[in-house]
Amino acid sequence: MQVLFARHHVRVYRFVLRLLRDEAATEDVIGEVFLDVWRQASRFEGRSAVSTWLIAIARFKALSLLRKRREDGLDDETAESIEEPSDDPERALEKLDKGQKLRQCLAALSREHREVIDLVYYHEKSVEEVAQIIGIPENTVKTRMFYARRKLGELCRVAGIDRGWP
Amino acid sequence: MTLSEAAGDPGETIVPGEIEALVPWYVAGTLRRRDRQRVAEALRRDADLARHVDLVREELAETIHLNETLGAPPPAVVERLMAAIDAETDAAPKRLPGAVAGWLTGFFANLPPRTLAVAASFAVLAIALQAFMIVDIFTKPRPSSEEAALSGTPRHGAFAMVRFAQAASAAEITKFLQSYQAALVDGPTEGGLYRVRIAMGALAKEEIGKIIARMRHESIVESAEPAEPTESVAPAVPAASGH
Repeated sequence: MQVLFARHHVRVYRFVLRLLRDEAATEDVIGEVFLDVWRQASRFEGRSAVSTWLIAIARFKALSLLRKRREDGLDDETAESIEEPSDDPERALEKLDKGQKLRQCLAALSREHREVIDLVYYHEKSVEEVAQIIGIPENTVKTRMFYARRKLGELCRVAGIDRGWP
Repeated sequence: MTLSEAAGDPGETIVPGEIEALVPWYVAGTLRRRDRQRVAEALRRDADLARHVDLVREELAETIHLNETLGAPPPAVVERLMAAIDAETDAAPKRLPGAVAGWLTGFFANLPPRTLAVAASFAVLAIALQAFMIVDIFTKPRPSSEEAALSGTPRHGAFAMVRFAQAASAAEITKFLQSYQAALVDGPTEGGLYRVRIAMGALAKEEIGKIIARMRHESIVESAEPAEPTESVAPAVPAASGH
């Protein structure tokens, strides 16, 4: 269990943190994920990579927490739809280099969009694996990734980066 | 490889080209071989697509950079996890009988009648064989307690009965045994005596006496006495003082 934790906990933590944007809640979720994995190890059928299985469990728990918060009136949807870097985002973004601006824009994406971008670019998941984790058809995964990138391009343009697309 | 824009709201109706939609996975190296070949072929023909690959590379690099700066959970997370697992492990044996019973019920419920009949025949045979063995064991004359005690211990060689000081650590006892090329073969008795083999072959009484005299001078030895090769630790052995 310690080996499994050592190998995967950082990436799972980062995936959940990008969804929740709350370190304390993310730590709780990580603990629950690995405890569940320990309890349900026999259910792992080996049809997917262990990391895919872990991320799917983590995602389910993170979204359940967000749903509960929303029901309790604790979740601020507007805060996660687009996080502006400051009161005057354009001026703040002007001071940043291109890489920093791009990262600001990646952080400003909606939860759905940053999730699919993280899964493809950072967690190196294939179309099939993303479909399995999110629970949507493969074609929807491709379309969602396309729209996430398109939205990123729009945010970049607002931030003063003309990437020539979209 | 261009975007086709359908009628209506452009933000919702732009459909990505099939190859263009695969570019992020192509750059990430997670495409199936057939799709990878399709994208590679399209790249050779389409300069716009090649430029698009550069944009994706940029996005990929910055996404990795962004995630890598998120840090890692503190060690307390793994400590809490291991404590929770330990707590569940301690509680697990109590649940086991119920779980096993449930599994057995399900297992037998799923067996077809013919299989069940064959299994039952084997079970009857096994019970009969077991009954025969039990009768055989309990009706045969049993060895004496001394024989029983010695049955698992070596009888060949030269032996001593040794009591170690209470403060002696396992490491000190191991070192002691190594220095005498000795081995613990039985014990401890209720009085704390260990049977130690000091030689693989038989030794003269004088030789055994010398070794035991040396042992008595070891700081971790409270007492050491010669023992007969057939002697067990079970009977009371006089515990002579080592000093």
